[in-house]
Amino acid sequence: MFLRTAWLVLRKDFAIEVKSLEVLTTTLFFAISCVLIFAFAFVKNGQAPEDAAAGILWIAIAFSGTLALGRTFERERYGETLRALLLAPAPRPALYVGKLLGMLTLLAVAELLLVPLIAFLFQAALFSRPLLLLGILGGGTIGFAAVGTLFAAMLVRARSRDVLLPILLYPITIPVIIGGVRGTAALLASPVDEPGAVMWIGILTAFDVVFVTLSLWTFEPLMTE
Amino acid sequence: MSVDFASVQLIDVSRHFGRRRALSRVSLSAASGDIVGLLGPNGAGKSTLITILATLAAPTSGEVRYGDQTAARLGAALRVRIGLLAHELHLYPELSARQNLAFFAALYGLDPRTTVDAALEAAGLADRADDAVSGFSRGMRQRLALERALLHQPRLVLFDEPFTGLDDRAVGIVSDRLRALAAGGAIVVLATHDLDLADGLVTRVVLIRGGRLLSDEAATSGLRARYRALIGAA
Repeated sequence: MFLRTAWLVLRKDFAIEVKSLEVLTTTLFFAISCVLIFAFAFVKNGQAPEDAAAGILWIAIAFSGTLALGRTFERERYGETLRALLLAPAPRPALYVGKLLGMLTLLAVAELLLVPLIAFLFQAALFSRPLLLLGILGGGTIGFAAVGTLFAAMLVRARSRDVLLPILLYPITIPVIIGGVRGTAALLASPVDEPGAVMWIGILTAFDVVFVTLSLWTFEPLMTE
Repeated sequence: MSVDFASVQLIDVSRHFGRRRALSRVSLSAASGDIVGLLGPNGAGKSTLITILATLAAPTSGEVRYGDQTAARLGAALRVRIGLLAHELHLYPELSARQNLAFFAALYGLDPRTTVDAALEAAGLADRADDAVSGFSRGMRQRLALERALLHQPRLVLFDEPFTGLDDRAVGIVSDRLRALAAGGAIVVLATHDLDLADGLVTRVVLIRGGRLLSDEAATSGLRARYRALIGAA
């Protein structure tokens, strides 16, 4: 029942997104714009500053992810469909997992575009260790989306949700963002700092376990008015 | 776990939002076959009461019993027996009528192949089944939302202002549906401002104001006069 409910929510969000393309296009547009602005600012005479790529990648992920979180839950606010989901006889944490999987898919698509774009514009060797890159991106994205999905669901009925979401989200996810930036920077070092990257993947995994567990534990009480 | 009950009882239920008291020590009960009209002015606490009955909010104090059990004890299984139609219609406008119903049917563990077509027929939307809900009129959405709320044949049916924006024909359809539900053994709780529509439809009248229960009595004709006497005088 748990996994089935999560799958149903994910499939429903996918069906809505296929029809509207609203969240995907705004997220990708924002993420690309973010990277292009940094490129215009920092790349001089075809030369990008060292170590900038890691920070820019994670800024783009965090900012576009925040936008996507807001838009995804705005959809559940219209028509109060989140209440209809909560009223279903399914385990409420399964609803959270369904929404989280949707966010992860969306951010994965954004990263598929962002990573090659940043690698190209900033001459960053992001693909030198693809598995380690995958580990860092996966670890960081799961941690960020886990907290973000919980907060976005909590704030769905708050009047100033657009302001409150980043105010609550960024301080809590700072460890994940730092882990993501430092891990990516380790991959971009010359020579590649493999032990450093592996250590950051371990730290990110630990954060993910804590954040996902806490979110699953608190989702039902936080969503009951 | 299969859950069923023949009555719902609120015992000294209070609900506070910070310092504001939305409900204050409300006690009432409703049994299978009842259509309980929950009447009162704006801000009386009707929607809060409906939200608590739907298990979407917990009382600050007091308890709600479904049969002889509480919501906390019954857990998610209780929600199989509760249907809610609120002012907001709980529909995804981007999806078609069929997709909306199929999604909620699956969420309630029903087979969409056997339930969705019948619900579309009952809503009078069989010919618009594959159109996006965003293109529907308010009345069409309301009929679809009604069938969505009743897909799983709930025992406790909660309606919060179900007649908003409906034309006479649609009001008649919803009213007939309510009577049929009660005749079939459902407990119907209806929060509304519309005394004319409630008159002759509800079998019991619960009047609340400022979160306090003013009256809980069998419905008689002349509901408006009774409402004025109690709410106007309170």
